[in-house]
Amino acid sequence: MQGAFALHQEALHRCGVESVQVRNADQLLSCDALIIPGGESTVISKMLKANCLEAAFAAAVQNKLPMLGTCAGMILLANEIEDGTPDQTSFGAIDIDVTRNFYGRQVDSFESAIELNVPPSIASKLETEAQLHAVFIRAPGVSRVGDAVEVWATYDNEPVLCRQNQVMVSSFHPELIPEDDRVHQLFLAVANQ
Amino acid sequence: MEETNKAVAQPSTVGSIRVKRGLAEMFKGGVIMDVVNPEQAKIAEDAGAVAVMALERVPADIRADGGVVRMSDPEMIEGIKQVTTIPVMAKARIGHFVEAQILQSLGVDYIDESEVLTPADEAHHIDKWAFTAPFVCGATNLGEALRRIGEGACMIRSKGEAGTGNIVEAVRHLRSILGDIKKVTQADQAELFDWAKQLQAPLPLVQEIAETGKLQVPLFCAGGIATPADAALAMQLGAEAVFVGSGIFKSEDPAPRAKAIVEATTNFEDAEILTKVSRGLGAPMTGIGMDDIDVKLADRGW
Repeated sequence: MQGAFALHQEALHRCGVESVQVRNADQLLSCDALIIPGGESTVISKMLKANCLEAAFAAAVQNKLPMLGTCAGMILLANEIEDGTPDQTSFGAIDIDVTRNFYGRQVDSFESAIELNVPPSIASKLETEAQLHAVFIRAPGVSRVGDAVEVWATYDNEPVLCRQNQVMVSSFHPELIPEDDRVHQLFLAVANQ
Repeated sequence: MEETNKAVAQPSTVGSIRVKRGLAEMFKGGVIMDVVNPEQAKIAEDAGAVAVMALERVPADIRADGGVVRMSDPEMIEGIKQVTTIPVMAKARIGHFVEAQILQSLGVDYIDESEVLTPADEAHHIDKWAFTAPFVCGATNLGEALRRIGEGACMIRSKGEAGTGNIVEAVRHLRSILGDIKKVTQADQAELFDWAKQLQAPLPLVQEIAETGKLQVPLFCAGGIATPADAALAMQLGAEAVFVGSGIFKSEDPAPRAKAIVEATTNFEDAEILTKVSRGLGAPMTGIGMDDIDVKLADRGW
């Protein structure tokens, strides 16, 4: 809809998965899993309203459609948004609270290695107890993690990759590192469970 | 921003090429709007802008007023930063690296080295690699785009002809850039040397385009967008997002027009939605024909 959707599609293509861009309810219904890309969370919120996608999206969350939310996408999937705009909605697909622009403005944006810690049962073939290189751009932070939520990666002891059942969220942008598709592969493993 | 710099505990890099180009990726499919005061910034954010460009006068007024046009007052830019949560961009004069240093120190999210302001250097653009803040630059053709990318620009926009409300120049620039990219991908190795020479562009960048078939950084459209249809035209031609300058706040009723242009940019291929959002927007900005302008801003830049 708005944001880095094309780069996510390239990552899925490398993982051997077909994808479509979702701008209306019919397209959403045709999906087996959904990625909500980074972009401006306030804009994505508004476009969901404008394109009458809000109800369909809430239904998809209810029906446990597997979802990966990166950066702005994570904000949309969270329970509560601190520092959001008044008309901004979050869909409570994962039991976390988030803070917008937690890691500052663009001049503070950075890339760094993060500690990955994914249960081997999820994806035994992947190097999941290692480091992952991550790009944070005006990134949101996770201010509260619910009991049912697994933290799969941390940066400076803060959660940056979380999972609850069929939903995964990241503060950072895995689609900006085309050499490493592990986050997308993890999501496919989660979606196929 | 002290509390946000928890980042430093582990080795991390700010201002890397991935971080700078990455933000431009996040703008894709969106609209960046020129605003001159906090009230307009609020209207832009409410309409769904992905970012605002803070400047003292919109290009249409700059064109009408004449004189030397410089970077905006830092106080004015801070005022806009305070009212909005979306990224804030600001313009520096071509070659004026001190204005850029000031904008970076203000914490501006993107710096536009812009031909809309009066150039400060007749031969050199800013060395954009020296900054952690990312830069967007205008281009009229592929050679100009690649020279700017060589200097460190992380986003390219068509120059169009700012402040005219006339899309014709932006269309020309987009077609020229995208058309030449197609041709470069058809060229063999030997021909690429000649392409680099003709384009006056760095050879490695030309070779990279031949391989990937696309520009190294996102390509946005700017200059002359006044209606939702203009925005969708730019997107269908291959722009990845649009800048709207005078087109919104020089029109009769800015808020609904801003919202309509946002919806048109997202749904640029859906004629039904484009029809719906184009209805009843009031008068667009008047606009100027290319034969009626004295100074062509797009000629600035080297």
